[in-house]
Amino acid sequence: MTRINVKVDGVDYTDEVEPRMLLVHYLRETLGKTGTVVGCDTSNCGACTVHLDGRSVKSCNVLAVQADGHEVTTIEGIATDGELHPMQQAFHDCHALQCGYCTPGMIMQSIDVLNDNPNPTEDEIRVGLEGNLCRCTGYHNIVRAVQQAAGSGNGSSAGATATADAGEKAGAQS
Amino acid sequence: MIPAQFDYVAPTSVADALAALAEAGDDAKVLAGGQSLLPILRMRLNAPEKIIDLGRIEELRGIREDGDSIVIGAMTTYADVLASDLVRENAGVLHDAVTEVADPQIRHRGTIGGALVHADPAGDVGAPILALDAVLTVTGPSSERTVPAAEFFKDLFETAVGDGELLTSIRIPKHAGWGSRYEKFVRVAHQWSIVAVAATVRVEGDTIAEAAIALTNMGSTPLRATAVEESLVGKPATDDAVREACAAAADGTNPPSDLNGDSDYRKHLATVLTRRAVLAAAGK
Ligand SMILES: Cc1cc2nc3c(=O)[nH]c(=O)nc-3n(C[C@H](O)[C@H](O)[C@H](O)COP(=O)(O)OP(=O)(O)OC[C@H]3O[C@@H](n4cnc5c(N)ncnc54)[C@H](O)[C@@H]3O)c2cc1C
Ligand code: FES
Ligand code: FES
Repeated sequence: MTRINVKVDGVDYTDEVEPRMLLVHYLRETLGKTGTVVGCDTSNCGACTVHLDGRSVKSCNVLAVQADGHEVTTIEGIATDGELHPMQQAFHDCHALQCGYCTPGMIMQSIDVLNDNPNPTEDEIRVGLEGNLCRCTGYHNIVRAVQQAAGSGNGSSAGATATADAGEKAGAQS
Repeated sequence: MIPAQFDYVAPTSVADALAALAEAGDDAKVLAGGQSLLPILRMRLNAPEKIIDLGRIEELRGIREDGDSIVIGAMTTYADVLASDLVRENAGVLHDAVTEVADPQIRHRGTIGGALVHADPAGDVGAPILALDAVLTVTGPSSERTVPAAEFFKDLFETAVGDGELLTSIRIPKHAGWGSRYEKFVRVAHQWSIVAVAATVRVEGDTIAEAAIALTNMGSTPLRATAVEESLVGKPATDDAVREACAAAADGTNPPSDLNGDSDYRKHLATVLTRRAVLAAAGK
């Protein structure tokens, strides 16, 4: 067993873990943060996306011991004082989910996309979400939600147009 | 799935990592960004007894200028390579290729050194490293050696890095002023290259003065398209001249056949992608 110190969603934790424990299992099973989900065995789907020191990672592809001394933010740590994060609100407003399984990862990656580029084009949003699969929505409303969140963040018009036929790239994911 | 049990150490220097590697012998595996190794461990395709994590070794990270070269630490992430102006200005085709690797989450963790030692023939960084005539530094317990990229890739998943050694840095001669393009062919987003071409050229007036071209997934290692390079030099950067030269792109290659396409299809693709890449690199 290896001792780790990790800050998760603003709270410091110290735990003894097996080195082989994946970060996603540490979050779900040790800390009970089941908001972060596992959708695949191959690190393709992105459902498990969290932020490690502020950058998005697939938490099924990181060992808990690699997070020792670092800071993790999950979908459970982004609302403040009961107020949804603007990206959560935008997903809600734009109906950017159906079954909701991909949503925690989609939201965490969408936040990373805007951190990297506050004013992305529709194409840049689709490429930024390349590592996140959604089996339900066809991606259109997800892209609209990110556009709305970008708008509410920088004052430009919310819910900018998402054309129906421009969805080839993300829509074509395996 | 979860990996089999292993012991874990996270040394903070190259010397300590090499000592840990020597002590553990064959049963150890080095962990870089983990973006290839962790899926392998999770699928139990490999079950080393000891994992030596390079993630805490600061001396292996970063990109610096050194005279006529830039030097990239093996543990530098794809994301840091992408953010680097030194890379963009002096090794444009590496920058171009890294934009095409996997997805942002994987680029935040995966490292250039890990990708090169993993040596997947469909991986995207081998070809630009080969085209740019990079020289790789391989460090062992008692000595350090340099290996030209042309001698680094040995076979599928096999490189010049031996047991007990680490890839520590990658030195790339500056290619300032060269145009570049990495042309990657995939059927869906987020896919490994079916075939890709790394092209970088220096144009004088309207003439191609120098050209360096390497192919991804056209054999068990990245391959240099030497015949195309030779016939491009001195030619005008026009569609006709480039098309003619690029007809030789698949010469001497032995690409795989799989569900994405058979060997002949890949050979045809190589000629088409090489033409596109060279024309784009030449600014056409
Ligand atoms: C879903 C998915 C999609 C992907 N798509 C692409 C793609 O489109 N294109 C592409 O090129 N790649 C792709 N990859 C692979 C990715 O590029 C990996 O990050 C990279 O191949 C490995 O780098 P790493 O730092 O993560 O190395 P690790 O996974 O940590 O290590 C890989 C191997 O190299 C060894 N090693 C690592 N560093 C050193 C060193 N310094 N010295 C000696 N040995 C070392 C390890 O022991 C291991 O055997 C994808 C991966 C995933 C999971
Ligand atoms: S569960 Fe992590 S990428 Fe699918
Ligand atoms: S909403 Fe069901 S997978 Fe995305």
